[in-house]
Formats: sequence, structure tokens, C-alpha cells
Amino acid sequence: MRTLVALLLVVVVALLGVASVTFGVLDVGWDDLVAGITGHQDTTAQAAVVKRMPRTVFAMVIGAALGISGAVMQGVTRNPLADPEILGVNAGASLAVVVGIVFLGLSTAVGYIWVAMVGAAVAAVFVYVVGSLGRGGATPLKLALAGAATSVALGSLVSAILLPRAQDMQQFRFWQIGGVGGGTWATIALALPFLAAGLLISWASARALNSLALGDELAAGLGQDVVRARLVAALGGVVLCGAATAVAGPIGFVGLVVPHVVRLLTGVDHRWLIPLSGLGGAALLTGADVVGRLVGGTEEIQAGIITAIVGAPFFIWIVRRQKVREL
Amino acid sequence: MTAVQEASPATADVVAAGRRRRARRRLLVHVGLAVAVVVALVLSLVLGRTVYPLSDVVAVIMGADVDGASFTVGTLRLPRALTGLMVGLAFGLAGSTFQTMLRNPLASPDVIGISSGASAAAVIGILVLDLSPSAVSAFATVVALLTALVIYLLAYRQGVANTRLILVGIGISSMLASVVSYVLSGAAAWDMQVAMRWLTGNLNGATYERLLPLLLAVVVLTPVLLRLTRDLEALRLGDQTAAALGVPVERVRVLLIVCAVALMAFGTAAAGPIAFVAFLSGPITARILGPVGSPVLASGLFGALLVLVADFVAQYALGTRFPVGVITGALGAPFLIYLLVRSQRTGGVM
Repeated sequence: MRTLVALLLVVVVALLGVASVTFGVLDVGWDDLVAGITGHQDTTAQAAVVKRMPRTVFAMVIGAALGISGAVMQGVTRNPLADPEILGVNAGASLAVVVGIVFLGLSTAVGYIWVAMVGAAVAAVFVYVVGSLGRGGATPLKLALAGAATSVALGSLVSAILLPRAQDMQQFRFWQIGGVGGGTWATIALALPFLAAGLLISWASARALNSLALGDELAAGLGQDVVRARLVAALGGVVLCGAATAVAGPIGFVGLVVPHVVRLLTGVDHRWLIPLSGLGGAALLTGADVVGRLVGGTEEIQAGIITAIVGAPFFIWIVRRQKVREL
Repeated sequence: MTAVQEASPATADVVAAGRRRRARRRLLVHVGLAVAVVVALVLSLVLGRTVYPLSDVVAVIMGADVDGASFTVGTLRLPRALTGLMVGLAFGLAGSTFQTMLRNPLASPDVIGISSGASAAAVIGILVLDLSPSAVSAFATVVALLTALVIYLLAYRQGVANTRLILVGIGISSMLASVVSYVLSGAAAWDMQVAMRWLTGNLNGATYERLLPLLLAVVVLTPVLLRLTRDLEALRLGDQTAAALGVPVERVRVLLIVCAVALMAFGTAAAGPIAFVAFLSGPITARILGPVGSPVLASGLFGALLVLVADFVAQYALGTRFPVGVITGALGAPFLIYLLVRSQRTGGVM
């Protein structure tokens, strides 16, 4: 079953990849597609293919990173609602990027990637601590509330910094709407080492996440160092999400939706959940990008907006499905 | 009760004295806040780039024609200050109502997405439909009310559980946030500035025309809300306990939500979603008041004070003129940290 799902997902990703290179303002025929992929740029159609290829790969890579990061965060917090957008991690990355643009004079993705990662990590820790206050520890409800409140707070700081600075606002707003349209081979190469590291850390934590799923006490009883396992896995998740956010801008709900669907299909074993969430995330974000281009025409709708419009109803569906006591 | 009093008169005296002391403190806090609000209101009419003597301000309010002051005070400062007062009052009342009802200091209406509908509507109204400021206000009010209704209906499953209401609100608000950023992405730079200012919350566009609907809403809804505070206090004990005390839980909850949401909607339409006023007022006044009685009215007064003071700071204290929401919003992060530190120390309850 798992192998079947994995194969199926690979096929879906491949098909969406072809669709992503083919469709757009200018639709491309089969011959031009093949010619373009093999590097020819003789016709407009072939040039379009060459231009769409990095974007497609970019969407796959970022989607995979977000999907895996969501699976890890849900595992670490044992929280069905964990997602970088809901937990305020994206807001942390946004504030960090704004600070980088305005006060540190950053203007390139290389610069963004470090500050965004630091911002994401700080926000993640902050929200987790605020959400763990009081009785009952870090329940999904309290984490979501802490994330929402933190997002609003950080968002106000962002506008406080940007409002008197129209120039920087322009630069920031193109980053701020998460999308994959700006993906080039260079940005992919830049993010890849971080994403690879995050992937390795996450996958290596799969067993630990499986024991954490049994509850902290049982996991400790099984010989798991609970605190360390949680920290290591969270590091993997935050690196993935921070690096992806730095190059693509904040994209919500991929990390929420994908692990849920994968869990429904293949069960809760993180050794499978993590790689399959990667494939699922790649499929979702590539698909969202294609849809955004087809629906939006020349003014394409950014992938991050499509994922939010699909993902938020999904979030509400999960909330309605859960028993109240579990939230 | 009389039996207890006869048995130990000393205890009864202590209890009664304590009750009197707390009642006095409540009264003191309310009067103190009300005085502070009036002082802030008067100061914001008197002070500014040009300082007018109090006599001129009074004369203008009485309808006399004073050179210069009539325009500056009568047309610019007075509607601005009144809007600030009303918005702060509305947000403070609504915020505290939600926080008390949902039993969580983080669950204020701005955080759980009640005003996100207003923001989305305003951005669409400004950037896509090109509406006039008062039309934007009306549109924002209607959409905010509809959004709240949708949140309520989606959270409804054999009654509305607090948890579901909060989480559904958060989901809806992140969806609307992406609508906002999509609309902003296509905007021209100038329109973008206007929309960003609206989204931050500011009093620059305050006119009597835009103030009027909010004023009516506050005048009508505040008494209703205050009449419900006793039931609200019972809800704080939990739905079942409240029901056992004879409170019609679901009906009271719907009424509370309707009042608070309408206050939020009209307030947001008049001045934008001034960040964290609803969020901060409740917990701060609850702390000043102590654990006795409802914090709702005091929270409204505190909200009004907060907006008036923050607007003054935003306009004159920082060199650049900021929208008021920047100042109140900047208080949000430190306040969250304060909550953290305090509960670390006391091991307290959220």
C-alpha cells in the first residue's frame, strides 16, 4: 500500500511537472516541450519551456520542504493543527526579512535566507512557549491562539517599520506574497543545501517522532531522550520551513494539509510519513502554481494564495472533525 | 445565610468589610478611568501643532465661531478625538466580552478573526471598487458582520463550543488575510499606501459622517452588553455551571456575540482594525480591578484611553506621523512577553 501510494505520488508530481511546463499564458505543444527540455530555444514556445523549468523545479522543492516541515511540526507538537502559518513561524520570518531589508541593507536571497531562518526559529520557540503556559501544556487550541496573537503582534511591527519607507515596502511586498514565480536555478542552488540538511535531520528523527507520538512518558520509558528528540526534530522542521520561506516568501497550509492526507492514506509511521509528505507537498504546490496561472491569466495568482484558499477550509474541516476535548 | 451570620458575627463582618472594600475599589477604578478618558479627550483637543486655550475649545464646542480654532478644533480635532474615544470604547468592551466568554486572555475578537472580514472588505473597497471613504465603512461593516456569522455557523455543531469558535475564526482569518495580500499585490503604489494605512488602523480620515454609525452602535449596544455582564460572569464558571445557575447559556452567548461583533464591526469600519486594543484592554483592566466583578465596562474605558493616548503619541511624539495602530500594535509583542514572564513567576493560569 505504502509503496503504491509512493509510486502514485511520484507519477502525480511528474504529471503536474509536465503540466506546469506546458500550461500558462502560452500553451506549449509536445514537440516544443521535448525540444525545450533538451535545451533548444528556437521558438517562443521553446523559450517558454526553458523559462518555466526552473520555476517548476522550484515549486517541487519548496512544496516538498513545506510538506515535510509540516509533518515534523505536527509530530513534535503532537498537534494536528501545526503549520508554519498558523503557528506564527511565517510572521517571524517576515519580520526578520523586513529588519534585514531596512536595517541591514539586505537585497538578495542569500541575505534573506539566514535572517528568515533565525526569525522563523525564534518565532517558533516563542509561540511554543507562550502556547505551553498555564494548565494542560501546549494544547492545539493554545498553540493556535498563541500563533495567531504572535502573528498579529509581529505584523504590526512589520507595518511600523515599513509605513514611513515606501521604497522598502515595494521590495518587501513582492517577497511577502508567497509564490514560486521568482524561482531560478540560482535560488534553487542557494536553498538546496539548507533543504537537504533539514530533510536529513527530519528523516533521521522519524523513529524518535514515532515514539513521541506515544506520549512523553511512554517515550521516555522506551529509552527516548524526549527533550533532545523534540529539539532535534524541531530544528529539522524549522530549517526546512525557514529556508523555503526565505526564498519563496510565506506560503501557508501546505504543511497543514499534506501530512493529514498522507496519514489518511498510509498511516502514522513517520519513516513513511516524512518522505511521502515531501512528495505530496511537491504535488500540491506545483498544482497550486499551475492553477494560479490558469485562473489568473497574465496576472497570475501566486501559489501561496491558492494554498491558503484551499487550505483554510481544510483546517476548519479538521477542527470540526475533532472531538472538542482533544483540542 | 442568616444562620451563618448569627453563628459567627465576626466572620460576617470580615466578609462584609471585604465586600465593601472591593466595591469601593471597583468604583474608584471606574471613576479614575473615566476621569482619565475625559482628561485625555480634552488634552487631545487643546494640544497639537498649535495649542489653543481651553476657553477657545469650549467656545468652539458651544458653537461659537473662533478664528482658526473653528477649523482646527471643530473640523479636525473633535471628530478625530471622538472617533478615537468611541472606537476604543467599542474595542475594549468587545475584547473583554470575548475574552471572558471564551475564558482565555488570548481569545480577543481581533486575534480570532472577527475583524478580518472588515479588513478584506476595506481593501477590496479601496483598491478594486474605488469606493468613497464612507462607502468603504459601510461595506466593511456589512462584511464583518457576515464573516462573524459564517464563523459562528461553521463552529456550530450541537451548540457552539468555545474551542471550535476560536479555531474556526483563526482559519477564516488566515484565508481572508491571503485575499488581502492578493488584492494588495495588484495595487498601484499610492493606493497601496492608503490600503496599508487602513489595515493598520488610523484616525486620519475621521469625520462626523463616518463617526455617526459607530456612535449609534455604541449608544445602543453598550447598555445591552452591560445588562448581560452578570450572565457573562456565570459563563466564566463553565457552560454547565452557568446552566445550573439558571443562565440560558446558548441564548446569552448568541446575544453577547452579536453585541461584541457589532461593536467590533462598526469600530473597525470607522477607523480600521486598530491592533491589540481589544486584546490588551481586558487583561490589563482585569489586573487593575482584581478578581471581583465584571471587567467589561472598565475595559471599554481603558480601550478609549489607550486609543486617545496612542493616537497622540503617534501624531506628535515620533517625528513622522504614524497611524495609531502602529503604536498599539507595537505594544502587542511586549505584552505577550509580559504574560510569559508573569506566568513563569506565578505558575499562573492562562
